[in-house]
Amino acid sequence: MSIDTPLPIPPTLTPEIEAYIQARVDALTTARLQQLVTDQVAEAMKRDPAKNKVAIIASKGTLDMAYPPLILASAAAAMGEDVQIFFTFYGLELVKRGGAQHLKVSPIANPAMPVPMPNVIGMLPGMTPMATWMMKSQFFGKHNVATIEDLIKECQDLGVKFIACQMTMDVMGIKADDLIEGVEVGGAATFINFANEAHVTLFV
Amino acid sequence: MATMTADRVVDARGQMCPMPILSLAKAMRELTSGQIIAISATDQGAKRDIPAWAEKTGNILLETVEENGILTFYLKKA
Repeated sequence: MSIDTPLPIPPTLTPEIEAYIQARVDALTTARLQQLVTDQVAEAMKRDPAKNKVAIIASKGTLDMAYPPLILASAAAAMGEDVQIFFTFYGLELVKRGGAQHLKVSPIANPAMPVPMPNVIGMLPGMTPMATWMMKSQFFGKHNVATIEDLIKECQDLGVKFIACQMTMDVMGIKADDLIEGVEVGGAATFINFANEAHVTLFV
Repeated sequence: MATMTADRVVDARGQMCPMPILSLAKAMRELTSGQIIAISATDQGAKRDIPAWAEKTGNILLETVEENGILTFYLKKA
């Protein structure tokens, strides 16, 4: 029966029956609407382009701070995410040719080091190489933590896209040829454009 | 003790985070749907990481066996 055809109103339609019909219609409509909205939202979530994107900024050029962006990027890529790392300021060191091998740990203003060092001692010559050696061999090495070079290679194998900050390169006099293979060059808008469509965005 | 047979075995013992996940993801690429992979790890973080990886990627974690500090995960490719 078409819903456009009005039903003949029975002569006996009392206010009670009318109220009952109204209540039933309300209940059924609410349930149906909820179901329709739930289905639509679930469908939209499936198509959500941001669900599988991870945007990371790597802004630090020390050995300890090189790990988080690369560990998270490689893990995300292994989980099937589309990942980009934007290397800016000192973070560019990680993608400079030969840069990753020479990262250091600073003992200055770093009170959480496993063997803390007063700043006045940390500033003495030889203390930065010592802190770096300690971190590399005594902590990461003994526990078989991957090196930064390994993680960079893993990231690239898994399809993580590396973007080097154009402005930093210009300011620091770094040429595209100074960067490792496979690094693209871009600006802030390049990162924001990608990050706009990523639920996970991290600044390291 | 292994309770099922795997089509592919990955030894990630001694590897630290995030390497077991990376080894698993790479080995999984070479399998076809329905095949089973067994990965062993000593990184205790894998107890949470491997189930999280499976949930995210849609692959199925069939069984986890722990023996003498060695964790073995059996996963089926979706």
